[in-house]
Amino acid sequence: MAAEQLDEIDAYRTMWRIRLFEEAVEDLYGRGMMHGTMHLSIGQEAVPTGACAALKEGDQITSTHRGHGHCIAKGADLGRSMAELLARDNGYCRGRGGSMHIADVATGNLGANGIVAGGPPIAAGAALSNQLRGTDQVCLCFHGDGAVGEGAWHEALTLASMWQLPVVFICENNKYGMSMSSEKAFKVEHLSEKAAAYGIPGLTVDGNDVEAVFESVNTAVERARAGGGPTFIEALTYRWRGHSKSDKNLYRTREEIAQWRAHDPIAAYAAVLLERDTATQEELNAVADEVRTEIRDAVRFGTQGDEPTVEAMLAGVYAPSPVDARELGARA
Amino acid sequence: MSDLRTMTYAEAVREAMATAMTNDDRVFLMGEDVGVYGGAFGVTNDLYERFGTDRVRDTTISELGIVGMGVGAALTGMRPIVEIQFSDFLCQAMDQVVNQAAKLHFMVGGQADVPLVIRTPGGSGTGAAAQHSQSLEAWFAHIPGLKVVMPSNATDAGSLLLAALEDPNPVLVLEHKLLYKQSFEVPAEFPRAHLGEGRIEREGTDLTIVATSIEVQRSVQAAEQLAQSGISAEVIDPRTIKPLDLPLILDSVSRTGRVLLVQESAKFGGFMAEVSASIAESPAFGDLQAPIKRLCGLDTPIPYSPKLERASVPQVEDIVAAASALVGEW
Repeated sequence: MAAEQLDEIDAYRTMWRIRLFEEAVEDLYGRGMMHGTMHLSIGQEAVPTGACAALKEGDQITSTHRGHGHCIAKGADLGRSMAELLARDNGYCRGRGGSMHIADVATGNLGANGIVAGGPPIAAGAALSNQLRGTDQVCLCFHGDGAVGEGAWHEALTLASMWQLPVVFICENNKYGMSMSSEKAFKVEHLSEKAAAYGIPGLTVDGNDVEAVFESVNTAVERARAGGGPTFIEALTYRWRGHSKSDKNLYRTREEIAQWRAHDPIAAYAAVLLERDTATQEELNAVADEVRTEIRDAVRFGTQGDEPTVEAMLAGVYAPSPVDARELGARA
Repeated sequence: MSDLRTMTYAEAVREAMATAMTNDDRVFLMGEDVGVYGGAFGVTNDLYERFGTDRVRDTTISELGIVGMGVGAALTGMRPIVEIQFSDFLCQAMDQVVNQAAKLHFMVGGQADVPLVIRTPGGSGTGAAAQHSQSLEAWFAHIPGLKVVMPSNATDAGSLLLAALEDPNPVLVLEHKLLYKQSFEVPAEFPRAHLGEGRIEREGTDLTIVATSIEVQRSVQAAEQLAQSGISAEVIDPRTIKPLDLPLILDSVSRTGRVLLVQESAKFGGFMAEVSASIAESPAFGDLQAPIKRLCGLDTPIPYSPKLERASVPQVEDIVAAASALVGEW
């Protein structure tokens, strides 16, 4: 259900789920138990957590190559997610997609995406579908600062604003598009200023403050649901890890990384919850411990999955046609 | 066959879209200038008046955006038709066609389908030069996950479009801009078609001509001329190039022992190279009495000059000459 207010403990738990899921992934990779590549969002957990908390059942998201957090915050099953990264048949994509393609379409997660700005046009299309079908669904489009340099992003915002579609674009500005500094790349103080070019609201929020993210997205989602059209939100955050496993961090300083690590969104929120007497330290510790157990179970679920088969893969390239060819007199 | 009527290829496409929109609320159309303008080639014409601007949507000039929106709408329960004004402009939309539409069903483990139809005119002959005249079918047929349809007449333009709209996969319908204004005899209702079923357009015994799109009618005209010289040519129209009705082609080649493959697009790496290789790999190879022959567009961008443009793609006389040589020399 859409929340008037953020469920604080839920939000705290979700951030830990993302953090510990990704730490487990990193560990499995380091031990040679996971192959391929992955893009970790450690340090950015407040954005997907706060944003998805503003959605209700049936709302959609599109995600990115750095998408574990979006999927988890949207409610993805940790076991099926881990199984997918472990390339097993019981994973979300039956081992065909891996880290960059986790989707749970039945619950509105239209998928992570390996192409920068692959998601914004798809999100606008889902929003058009919502509008045409007359539902009150909203699509939330996660993308990075790098996507703002893509033509696809501009086309999606152009069309979404022209048709006043129920879509919210949320930019996780983690300061770098791989190694390109967003400050260097974009000659505006805040990326949200670009919203003016589309005649839609634009705002910049502290992406490491889960409540600030929730409030801004909640307002934007309500606006979209009421027919008020799209909003562009820039959430300022930082990825602690490299872009991917090949990153030598040559484009940023140790000091910068340390400075942002001091603004850990999870630790910051724990301090808020303690200050407010929402929870005791023991209760907060218990949340993290419960999540640790969930992650262990997820890894177990994944490692116990079967390897995918070539036969199923070949049968999975096309969706089966409902038209029986023989019924039409076609050759078998 | 008493119910035959005359209609143009463009009218057939329009009628099929109207039928689909009437029968299925999920079907809608979007593209550049498809509304009040009526489409750059007049294909959509009055559809926006009949179905309203919600279902016949004029877009900005944003090919990547509109194909992507088609993907998003298809993923969430709609059956979009996206019109790309010239197939050359698909180059602007390649990410959404190739990386998104084609792969999503596979990539997400079959959780979702992408029932998206992209309609677009290809082909040369209008003096529009190199960026408005290409035939790019081989690119798309090469991508697992896409289906590619090339209707060569008005009945197929209607039937195959309706079949594409019934299909749960992304289907690229490559229409031919020179065919739009041509009139054809068409049945009262478009017969149901199956994507992947070709047709023997004309029966013959001395050689098989496999041709696509506008080259089908050029091949039929060539076959009529060849008949006057005592050469009996069978003409096959695959109709769908992906999936391809290979059994139909191989059976014909086995019967005639000679095969001429005709396409408008450039020869190197083209669709007919695939057909040629498939024949060579099959038992039909043993029935060949002559080498496989391809007659294709020249390996050049489509030029502006009418003389050069005509010379760049196979014409009826080229097909007659190639077929005669194939029969006469072997």
